[in-house]
Amino acid sequence: MKSSVKTLPPAVVWSLLVVATGLTFAAGEFGIGSAGEAGHPGPALIGSVLLLAGAKGTLVILDFMDLRRAPLFWRVVVLGWLALVVSGILLVYLKGSA
Amino acid sequence: MNSQATPAAQTLAGDSAPVLRGDLAVWIFILAELLAFGVFFLAYAFARAGDPVAFDAAQAGLDRHAGALNTLLLVSSSAAVAQAAKRVHRGAAAAQAARWLLVAIACGLGFVLVKGSEYATHFAAGMELSSSTFAMFYLALTGFHFMHVLLGLTVLTVLWVRTRAGAYGPRDSNGLDSGAAYWHMVDLVWLILFPLVYVMR
Repeated sequence: MKSSVKTLPPAVVWSLLVVATGLTFAAGEFGIGSAGEAGHPGPALIGSVLLLAGAKGTLVILDFMDLRRAPLFWRVVVLGWLALVVSGILLVYLKGSA
Repeated sequence: MNSQATPAAQTLAGDSAPVLRGDLAVWIFILAELLAFGVFFLAYAFARAGDPVAFDAAQAGLDRHAGALNTLLLVSSSAAVAQAAKRVHRGAAAAQAARWLLVAIACGLGFVLVKGSEYATHFAAGMELSSSTFAMFYLALTGFHFMHVLLGLTVLTVLWVRTRAGAYGPRDSNGLDSGAAYWHMVDLVWLILFPLVYVMR
């Protein structure tokens, strides 16, 4: 935290979130990669949608919640929560598809 | 609490000093909420792993358009709150910030309408908590989140009234920042809930 840390303007964050939401919806609607048979989740769909969720969550945490400029502790705790939840879901889903 | 010290410290050290916007107590509450939702999400994932066929079949009955529309509404509402906070921090006219809060409230009400119509469809089709494991998780998870949206809208309304009255400024925005952080948390949780419950299969 040497130089002044700038948060992204809300309009920029909003645009990115809208695009990511569109991609998530499209992935659900049209599928990504080989979705496999019924009961077999598509690892490509799961991975890409969770990646988008992680990216969206990071933007909200850093720029909307303004944690980009908060003490390191708070950034680590909230981003750590996001990483744990997203990777936990990913592991459980991929294990289920194996 | 750091509500008194923060603005002063910020003025002295400039923009580069780390600042946690909002009340410490509200942030601790936010962490507790995130923890609860996190456990809920993982429980959903584990339950689904036990019976993916039934979960995917039940998920196909959800309206993904409504889910996506609600994501856009919550994201826009969150952005509008960020716009309002930015204006207050800059010392812009109270009316400007209040107008953004009104946009945020309108988007939040849109979410309630869309989610409400989804629930009406489900209940008309006979869905209840005991219908299936998926229905139990779906109704409990989205219902728990729905309560947070309703509370958030109440908070936003209070913030709107107070902002309009000029209660907040660059040196005193703690109340607004606390409510904003809570509302962003409600948005953040939905950003995981939507792909998990509506999209992933």
